[in-house]
Amino acid sequence: MSTAVITRKPVMPEKHYLNDNYGIRSWLLTKDHKRIAVLYLVSISFFFLIGGFYASMIRLQLLTPTAELFQPDTYNKLFTMHGVNMVFFFLIPSIPATIGNFLIPLMVGAKDLAFPKINLLSWYLYMAGGCFSLAALFSGGVDTGWTFYTPLSSGFVHTPVVILVFGVLLAGFSSIFTGLNFIVTVHRMRAPGLTWGRLPLFVWSNYAAALIMILGTPVVAITLSLMILERGFHIGIFDPKLGGDPVLFQHMFWFYSHPAVYIMILPGMGVISELVPCFSRKRVFGYTFVAFSSIAIAVFGFVVWAHHMFVAGISLYSALVFSLLSFAVAIPSAVKIFNWTATMYKGSVSLETPMLYALAFMGLFTIGGLTGLFLASLGLDVHIHDTYFVVAHFHYVMVGGMVTAYMGGLHFWWPKITGRMYPEGAAKLSALIVFIGFNLTFFPQFILGYLGMPRRYAAYPPEFQVFNVLSSAGASILAVGFILPAIYFLWSLKYGEVAGDNPWKATGLEWTTTSPPPTHNFHETPVVTTGPYHYGVDEEVPVVH
Amino acid sequence: MQPNVPLFPEQASSVAAHVDNFYLFLVLITTFFSLLIALLILFFIIKYRKTPERQAVQIHGSTLLEIVWTVIPLGISMVMFVWGAVLYYHLQRPPAGAMEIYAVGKQWMWKFQHPGGQREINALHVPTGRPIRVTLISQDVIHDLFVPAFRVKMDVLPNRYTYVWFTPTQVGTYHLFCSQYCGTNHSGMVGEVTVMKPQDYAEWLASGKAEGSLASQGEKLFQEFGCITCHRPDSGARGPNLQGLYGRPVRLTDNRVVIADDNYIRESILQPNAKIVNGFQPIMPTFQGVISEEGLIQITEYLKHLGEQESQPLNNRTTPTQLRDTEVPSIQQELEKQPGNKPAQQPGKKP
Repeated sequence: MSTAVITRKPVMPEKHYLNDNYGIRSWLLTKDHKRIAVLYLVSISFFFLIGGFYASMIRLQLLTPTAELFQPDTYNKLFTMHGVNMVFFFLIPSIPATIGNFLIPLMVGAKDLAFPKINLLSWYLYMAGGCFSLAALFSGGVDTGWTFYTPLSSGFVHTPVVILVFGVLLAGFSSIFTGLNFIVTVHRMRAPGLTWGRLPLFVWSNYAAALIMILGTPVVAITLSLMILERGFHIGIFDPKLGGDPVLFQHMFWFYSHPAVYIMILPGMGVISELVPCFSRKRVFGYTFVAFSSIAIAVFGFVVWAHHMFVAGISLYSALVFSLLSFAVAIPSAVKIFNWTATMYKGSVSLETPMLYALAFMGLFTIGGLTGLFLASLGLDVHIHDTYFVVAHFHYVMVGGMVTAYMGGLHFWWPKITGRMYPEGAAKLSALIVFIGFNLTFFPQFILGYLGMPRRYAAYPPEFQVFNVLSSAGASILAVGFILPAIYFLWSLKYGEVAGDNPWKATGLEWTTTSPPPTHNFHETPVVTTGPYHYGVDEEVPVVH
Repeated sequence: MQPNVPLFPEQASSVAAHVDNFYLFLVLITTFFSLLIALLILFFIIKYRKTPERQAVQIHGSTLLEIVWTVIPLGISMVMFVWGAVLYYHLQRPPAGAMEIYAVGKQWMWKFQHPGGQREINALHVPTGRPIRVTLISQDVIHDLFVPAFRVKMDVLPNRYTYVWFTPTQVGTYHLFCSQYCGTNHSGMVGEVTVMKPQDYAEWLASGKAEGSLASQGEKLFQEFGCITCHRPDSGARGPNLQGLYGRPVRLTDNRVVIADDNYIRESILQPNAKIVNGFQPIMPTFQGVISEEGLIQITEYLKHLGEQESQPLNNRTTPTQLRDTEVPSIQQELEKQPGNKPAQQPGKKP
């Protein structure tokens, strides 16, 4: 292991944020960004578990073509709740609210986020939203699909849509607060000497994601509120029977929900930008290009929403414009992939678990991104829109990309968060299992989609069974790959090796403080004198106290 | 189960092969770039693996390389854009003289009507070798008509007509799916498209029970609902004359000019006050919830034929119901200048 070179056995600091205070009150009323991050970590893991349970049920149902396990009604609720849980209660908060919450103040050398109370409020809103989503489940479940398309959602289904949507609205406000906190913190609280050009790329990408959160989320809040007004009070906005336009809902919904994809993936890209240089012992290749590609993604991401609607009855000309812009948004992502690859060139590459996840991200996100070009291509999208091709594509981006980055980041900063190392052998094994299971689950779905299997089908023609069986088999392997880390992370809390301040000998201010850090992060305000990713010059930490 | 698992759906329409070729091109590009990245990564982790002897060489970046890997993907993606756009343009423009079929989607069933009045449920019979345009409407939520073997798909909206067209090329039976999630029995909203040789199709049409053509059924409705009492071809009529109206430009009270196409006629029956023809009062009652979607289609078919039957010149009367024939060419020029105002591609804006 890379920590083998350390001569003195590292010891836990005497006082740190975890033992600063005890008792349930000290957690539930904490204003410490690190404790809030831990609260988030526990809660999003819980929702990931629930979302994963729905996913397993979906894959079980699709083992056979004839809907033997669940009635279509139940199946519809399963995929709706899977989507809502995973998108709003796992993917959107995942990296920003846990790793980002923990790291951004540390990375900019601040003692907390700009608004610690709002940060805590954000967690409470998230939890309240989560409770509403569970309430919707216990009052029968919702069967609108996570996209809530009108007029189905506003006028036709008889399930507790209002409860679920209210939960999503609350989670949306929590997301806005997190975004607000990040933006103000990055602008106002950077340590002396930490110029924008010296910011870690993780901060850049979370900053870009935060911009989308505060600009986009209000729109989905308005959209869903209008839908609820129509459902509850028959105010005609989307339902043509009341004089509305159903396609308007899609425009408004995707105006947020497409940029939301970048809320999910940008922080993941930020993680990869930290991992690849560290495990290549090299500066990141083309820092400026990687940093500004995040901003470019955030900006272009706002003008591609109608590529979800190429067969929804939009005009030929708007389809052309949105197709062109969708191709444009692919370029900054490609630039990132090329830069990470080039970072490894002439490096000193070692394959610890975080790096394995980073490499998996690069491979899977490349496939996810490139298959996005299929969907951006107008004439081809007509055939594969709303088929399993789309399902495979966005799972390659969301699970293959985002979840993989999240796992990589969690392993990388686990010693900083808990002060202890995870067991490397088990972690490498589970990374491998995730990679194999993931590809087996989702690759066959590309073929299924091109063959014409539509999404959201509880039953399907028998000729599609082969690929569905492969996919379900893959899902069971994938499940193992996600359960293993849950076990060894918990194990490591007590039995893990003590990590020391900087087990990876990584650069960045977060590694200059103790692991776990003290409540106020730094004993003295750090002063930054060098650029980011100062690898190789000397193995000392690039900070003067 | 077949031992031979196919990777493509059958190619049963004129566009299928074009779509597949484009798809293969994209698969090729994707494979190339995925392999490029994967092999580079593999090569780097082997060649530059961590050893005690060697230190990493620090490289800041290269603007030239950044330009190269921005411009090349941009160039390739522009090829994709243009190719995809050309295909889409083709798919969005039914050729003139296409055979007309009407589809009504409802939870959870497809209802098809042929112009001769033959009806089918969850099944569609079509001949080979002719372009066929299907006019789509939903009577409840949004559905989507998808025939993988034809590589075509179109959302079916509850508030206006959309269209999908194809030219079947291969006799056989193919899946027909609803591919926009539409509630409980979405996965049961499936059917079969049967492609037949033209003479078989003619026989099939002849054997089908029909209560007269769509137009004649529409005429019956026109009488039944009393449309004829106001929409008369005489100067004292309270409603605009509908003779020869279909497909013609109409001037509204606010001086806008719209084409009297399917969507205009449907809207004018369901929401008569949405677009009032110049010179008339907003006195028509709504027929929302009174006439079924099938009925609306039949009335529209009737109005189409109303112009053809009478060979008299259009608008030979003095009331400002419609535009004079002499006015038509200049207005058509005016319309052509406005993008998106084509009959096949209504932007669906309400005043």
